[in-house]
Amino acid sequence: MASLVPCPNCGRRPKEEFTIKGAALSRPAPGADAADWFNYVYLRDNPRGTYEEYWHHTSGCRRWLVLTRHTLTHEVAACRDAADGSQLEGGA
Amino acid sequence: MSSYRLPKRGLVDHNAPLSFTFDDRSMQGLEGDTLASALLANGQMLVGRSFKYHRPRGILTAGAAEPNALVTVGRRGRTEPNTRATVQELYEGLEAQSQNRWPSLNFDVGALNGLMSPFLGAGFYYKTFMWPAPLWEKLYEPFIRRAAGLGKASYEADPDAYEKSWAHCDLLVIGGGPTGLAAALTAGRAGARVILVDEGSLPGGSLLFDTATIDGRAAADFARDTSAELQSMANVRVMTRTTAFGWYDGNVFGAVERVQKHVRDPASHLPVERLWRIVARQALLATGAEERPLVFGGNDRPGVMMASAMRTYLNRYGVAPGKATAIFTTNDSGYGLARDLEAAGVDVVAIIDSRPAAGVEYRGKARLIREAVVCGTKGRKAISAIEVHRDGRTETIAVDALAMAGGFSPIVHLACHRGGKPIWSAEKAAFLAPEGLKGLGLAGAAAATTELAACLGEGAAQAKAIVKELGLSCPPVALPKVEGDEGIDSSKPLWSIPGVKGKAFVDFQNDVHLKDIGLAVREGYSHVELAKRYTTSGMATDQGKLSNVNAIGLIAKARGVSPAEVGTTTFRPFYTPVSFGALTGPHTGHHFQPVRKSPLHDWAKKHGAVFVETGLWYRSSWFPRSGERTWRESVDREVLNVRKNAGLCDVSMLGKIEISGSDAAEFLNRVYCNAFLKLAVGKARYGLMLREDGMIYDDGTTSRLEENRFFMTTTTAYAAGVMNHLEFCAQALWPELDVRLASITDQWAQMAIAGPKARIILQKIVDEDISDAAFPFLAAKEVSLFGGALHGYLFRISFSGELAYELAVPAGYGESVADALMEAGTAHGVMPYGLETLGVLRIEKGHVTHNEINGTVVPADLGFGKMVSATKPDFIGKAMLQREGLAAPDRPQLVGVVPLDPRQSFRTGSHILAKGAAATLENDEGYVTSSAYSPHIGSTIALALVKHGPSRHGEEVVVWSGLHGESTAARLCNPVFFDPQNERLHV
Ligand SMILES: [Zn+2]
Repeated sequence: MASLVPCPNCGRRPKEEFTIKGAALSRPAPGADAADWFNYVYLRDNPRGTYEEYWHHTSGCRRWLVLTRHTLTHEVAACRDAADGSQLEGGA
Repeated sequence: MSSYRLPKRGLVDHNAPLSFTFDDRSMQGLEGDTLASALLANGQMLVGRSFKYHRPRGILTAGAAEPNALVTVGRRGRTEPNTRATVQELYEGLEAQSQNRWPSLNFDVGALNGLMSPFLGAGFYYKTFMWPAPLWEKLYEPFIRRAAGLGKASYEADPDAYEKSWAHCDLLVIGGGPTGLAAALTAGRAGARVILVDEGSLPGGSLLFDTATIDGRAAADFARDTSAELQSMANVRVMTRTTAFGWYDGNVFGAVERVQKHVRDPASHLPVERLWRIVARQALLATGAEERPLVFGGNDRPGVMMASAMRTYLNRYGVAPGKATAIFTTNDSGYGLARDLEAAGVDVVAIIDSRPAAGVEYRGKARLIREAVVCGTKGRKAISAIEVHRDGRTETIAVDALAMAGGFSPIVHLACHRGGKPIWSAEKAAFLAPEGLKGLGLAGAAAATTELAACLGEGAAQAKAIVKELGLSCPPVALPKVEGDEGIDSSKPLWSIPGVKGKAFVDFQNDVHLKDIGLAVREGYSHVELAKRYTTSGMATDQGKLSNVNAIGLIAKARGVSPAEVGTTTFRPFYTPVSFGALTGPHTGHHFQPVRKSPLHDWAKKHGAVFVETGLWYRSSWFPRSGERTWRESVDREVLNVRKNAGLCDVSMLGKIEISGSDAAEFLNRVYCNAFLKLAVGKARYGLMLREDGMIYDDGTTSRLEENRFFMTTTTAYAAGVMNHLEFCAQALWPELDVRLASITDQWAQMAIAGPKARIILQKIVDEDISDAAFPFLAAKEVSLFGGALHGYLFRISFSGELAYELAVPAGYGESVADALMEAGTAHGVMPYGLETLGVLRIEKGHVTHNEINGTVVPADLGFGKMVSATKPDFIGKAMLQREGLAAPDRPQLVGVVPLDPRQSFRTGSHILAKGAAATLENDEGYVTSSAYSPHIGSTIALALVKHGPSRHGEEVVVWSGLHGESTAARLCNPVFFDPQNERLHV
């Protein structure tokens, strides 16, 4: 029905404006082991607790954000711009 | 006897009669009535038949929890089934029909189900319908559907409008009873932005039937005055007829406002319902409490009613329940009702109190029977007597109405919508809201506070605390003085009643009775979640508002444990049913989804295009001419004409992205698997974008217009996805690169002009020299048009294999430019062509689309292996593309297929089998990805992904479709069917 995402650029906005990509993992270096690449592409943690995810503010500022979301309560502890790390003033 | 209206009583307007019909019978009600109170005023106690046993049912409650009095209101497109008569406001001309009866409410054939009742007990769905399975579709399901006694929806379109809205506030108060009013007033006076929602037509809740006085005013007057003050404040919004139905993440509440459900002819400029999402910094749940029924035999007979409901009908609506009323109570609230009835001149025959002593003194005329219970009732379509059980003896007392006062359960639903479970309080004998909620507090009866003064105090105190937390100062609020409130002691609940006779209902709406609960526990389904499903208790449209706590109490009793140990099932939104209309809002008909039209849409239309929906786009499919009888005739003509003369095709819906910045080339080099770093200015290149797992994601051409400015095209379907992907790469993966992306799909009209005459035609409007020498294959640049009147981009790229160009011009000029090209081409035989022809031309050339790029192919599978850069240090997909399996020789790879007999055909999706092989999964060698009729080849031609395909050209195979029962002899071949040397391209 609803929930709000604290976009650092647009403020608290309804989640329908966003696209979720999934775990915010760092991309391995080009020459990394096959195992590292396999982990990056296929393996995901499934924690009950906080999880960092890439969210795209598709119908807003079109910035990719890193959300720290609690998988049980959906509480958003932090939300920063993926490129420059800026956060919404006044916090999440 | 039956219920009737008392003169000059209640908040209804006795001078404003309203006519309405019930089962086509004319009746009269009053302004201020609900449908239920009006029915009772007309003596209509039988209002429906029950779900499973088709038992006669009456009106049980006066509010949202009503399980029995469900009717169908309205007609045709405005038909609303399962409307609770207890919340439907009466209006002039209202038409209501009873449900679940045939042929009539009074004589219902389905009541025979009552005789079958031994077979309809708990778990009957599981036991009866297990076997034999084939009977499910033929017998059981139709039976269940017919027996499932709820109203029927109309097949006509709803003529009314619905709306969706957002609201924001500091404090959202849910419930406009004494607690909520006090809270809203306190916060409102402090200057906070307050929204008060109440499901009723008038704020006040229990104050509307309470006989206490507040500061010397009648409770209802206090409610009216407080609500008037609230409505006069600019910072307060009072929303009546609004049900908050859910609590969601971020402290957002869902609510539905019934804007025009209380009028016969809704005004067309207003919605009938409005769906609200309310963002609240803090919220207060002041939803009150639900009175619990008592589980005795025949507790469902019309005339049996909740005590608080009876009091509501008496005091708010001026309706007496009958001439001889009995009250069965387990707490002091029953005495307040007795006093009010007697004061109104309604005889109370007996008060049956389950306790040895009451907390209040009773001075009325009724016979007081202590330490007794009602164990059964008599009567056919209405109650005529009760059976009172005391000291092992049973006495029959004639009555025509019975109130049951089983104590109160706080309404904590919304507080449990975000995962919390209610907690049993032994002290309050009630399930309370979970602890430690953030952003939501509870006060008043919702928090098991029972006295009126305490509710007013609690509402004010909580509002004050919230206001302070918001940083506002709160003026001192004097608490009003309450007199005449008898209060309700938190009595020990009476779960099971000794000597029960007949069916004692726990869940009225789903016809679950006492024995069902016992059976479920005995058969091992004593876990509350299992018992719920096994008995279906709490699974009807009322979601067990009246029944759940009783069911839990009975399970606890049967198991010999505390209700705390049994726990509750999960509370989920919505609190009450929400119409599909409200959820859909305005998104119906052509507003269901947006329509994307190309800037050349009107150009295509005037040339007679047949459009096809692809995603949101309307694309021109083909352009029929007079005399052509089938679409194939048109397409064949268009295909032949492109290769003979020239054709013009709208390709505006291709995704277009401008990429700029000093690292733009480096960026493209990383997102494409082939090299882009050294692409020369003024050149276009075909690019393949991979996913990180090595599979192809999308393809298209990208042109370097300037050193640091590129023009990318994507496929139509993946335009939005590619843009998101590129933004991800630029922002999340390589933020250090200086690159900017802009979607320019809608800014440019783009047209392909293809065919041997393309250059002659195009040169007529392009100012620059576009000869092969000056503008060779894969040239790309900004061009001047019409003698400098317009500028556009010209690309020499070809999807058809012909001499071809794509011209992009600012969207608004698209149609004029297309017109000019058509005019310029008239003498050269130019014709418009559509998506079908585009498809034939590209299959003839073996060019791939997303039919082939289906998420399972790597570049080598499509013959693009050599395009993949071996020298680039990194690109998306590089690492995973190295995997052994992706280079396996038996991967399905691109190949052409033609039928041996050109008169035969086969379809896309068919499978390829070796000649003579049986059609088994093991023998599957691949599948047809694209097929079309080629007028140049004179037969069906197809592209396919086939194991070892490229080394099998010339081999005879079978194209097999199990779905259609087709088997066609065919030959694998080169996927380029036409001009394999590309001689027509470089002219
Ligand atoms: Zn944003």
